[in-house]
Amino acid sequence: MESDFRRRFLKNGMAVAGCLVVLALFAVSLLAPWIAPYDPNAIDLTQVLAGPSAAHPFGTDQLGRDVLSRMIWGARISLKVGFVATGIAILIGAILGAVSGYYGRWVDAVIMRFVDVMLCFPTFFLILAVIAILEPSIWNIMIVIGLTGWTGITRLVRADFISLKERDFVLAARVIGAGDLRIIFIHILPNAMASILVAATLGVAGAILTESALSFLGIGVQPPTPSWGNILTAGKDNIDIAWWLSFYPGLAILITVLGYNLLGEGIRDSLDPRLR
Amino acid sequence: MLQYIAKRLLFMAPLLVGITIICFGVMHLAPGSPTDMQTQMNPRASAEAQARLRAMYDLDKPLYQQYLIWVKKLAVLDLGQSFSTDHRPVADKIFERLPITILINVLSLILILAIAIPLGVLSAVRQNSLFDKLTSVFVFIGFAMPTFWLALLLMILFGVQLGWLPISGIRSLNYEYLPAGAAFWDLVKHLILPVTLSAFGGLAGLSRYMRSNMLEVIRQDYITTARAKGLSERAVIYKHALRNALLPVITILGLSIPGLIGGSVIFETIFAIPGMGQLFYMSVMSRDYPVVMGILFIGAVLTLLGNLIADVSYAVADPRIRVS
Repeated sequence: MESDFRRRFLKNGMAVAGCLVVLALFAVSLLAPWIAPYDPNAIDLTQVLAGPSAAHPFGTDQLGRDVLSRMIWGARISLKVGFVATGIAILIGAILGAVSGYYGRWVDAVIMRFVDVMLCFPTFFLILAVIAILEPSIWNIMIVIGLTGWTGITRLVRADFISLKERDFVLAARVIGAGDLRIIFIHILPNAMASILVAATLGVAGAILTESALSFLGIGVQPPTPSWGNILTAGKDNIDIAWWLSFYPGLAILITVLGYNLLGEGIRDSLDPRLR
Repeated sequence: MLQYIAKRLLFMAPLLVGITIICFGVMHLAPGSPTDMQTQMNPRASAEAQARLRAMYDLDKPLYQQYLIWVKKLAVLDLGQSFSTDHRPVADKIFERLPITILINVLSLILILAIAIPLGVLSAVRQNSLFDKLTSVFVFIGFAMPTFWLALLLMILFGVQLGWLPISGIRSLNYEYLPAGAAFWDLVKHLILPVTLSAFGGLAGLSRYMRSNMLEVIRQDYITTARAKGLSERAVIYKHALRNALLPVITILGLSIPGLIGGSVIFETIFAIPGMGQLFYMSVMSRDYPVVMGILFIGAVLTLLGNLIADVSYAVADPRIRVS
């Protein structure tokens, strides 16, 4: 089974490409202090809004800071936000979905109506409203993106539980006297891990997109901490004189999100080729 | 049919209650009292005056009573007053900005349909062709594209470099002096970029959905039957298959409404369009809580209404839904 998965995954060029992008991003984030050519916050007023050159491959921003160095440190931020936000979403989604699918009846009805209510809110509105109250900071953003991103995972896990709970191994576990909690978390949940993993990979992509949009609007990661989104804000302010400020950070977001999406879909296709 | 609509409305009632509870909950996340904004900066606000202010907004009552009072006001669309210096009713501020937001969203929905459906159908019909592969590359990029970045790039290209399209507002400064035709063209020019970008986000999803839907339908028995009785391939695809593949699109459109409305915050802010999204952004920045909560509520209600319209149109188009 596992070698089957590996063979199918490696044969899928897009998935491998996505995987490489994600690995490269890990490497860049991890090695940021060593590979960034400049201090990301070093202001150089002799180099304000300088275009791409040998010394500054991606140019400099309105304070003369090196854009490439800020983008390398920004990779750390988006990775952090992506993983913590998705972690929160998975935790909530998996628990609610498991409980909903396992117990059914009124528990299921209540949780599913709650999901329906959440889906009525334009997610971006909900996030902005909470941020307006809580002050924008990197931790608040991660929490809010996580708290608004669990509905899809809940539905997935619930669907898995509904079909899995009828299987013989669950009956067998019950026969030997396992309690509900044990059955849910030790016996059924590991079998639902495949769909959770796929949802998590795609979720990281979504969280990174949301974070960059929030930072772009000035409600996300606050300067001077560099993030791809808040470099783009400077790009918009200098749109008629400094195209490089708008171009490179956005390209980084596009490639990153594309990488996670390809990886996620690659995992899904390799786990179950019939789903294609 | 009426029975079906009544059933849908009954299903929506608890959702509406849920929406009000979440809005109310978000509002009370705020540390301290909402009146602090008005009193903190004023050294002459005595303790009694602050208490009076709290009593005026019913903040001295228990939480469930505050909720009931708030919901009662909501029922008559009284969303309170803005904290901003104009102190105008929140409902007025929102409703005067709603038409332009709805106009842009409806236009981009039309654009999404006009592009995504042919794209999806053609790539399904020519599965694995070059066209199909190019479309799927487009879909992948579309899913990953930060649309606000695309907005910046298009602004640089069409606004700054080529100078073809305006990049801010919905009207030129000399709008009032233009003859009717030119004024209309002026509006159109201002809307091209925002509408295109707002549509872009939904394009990828719908064309991919349309493709897989069409592939599914083509495998059905009734398509084989249509072919077997000697219909031309054209008639089979565009009459028999397309109609059935189009049905679920109605639901997808309903589901895409919250995304579109949410996206309006970004586009209206980037392009300085005086709609509900821009008002929302400005209110978030200035912490005008009554307006923030009002728009949060209206946004959710609009989504609910959109879904109702989608459900009902689906039932009109497909009699099977009404019965089951």
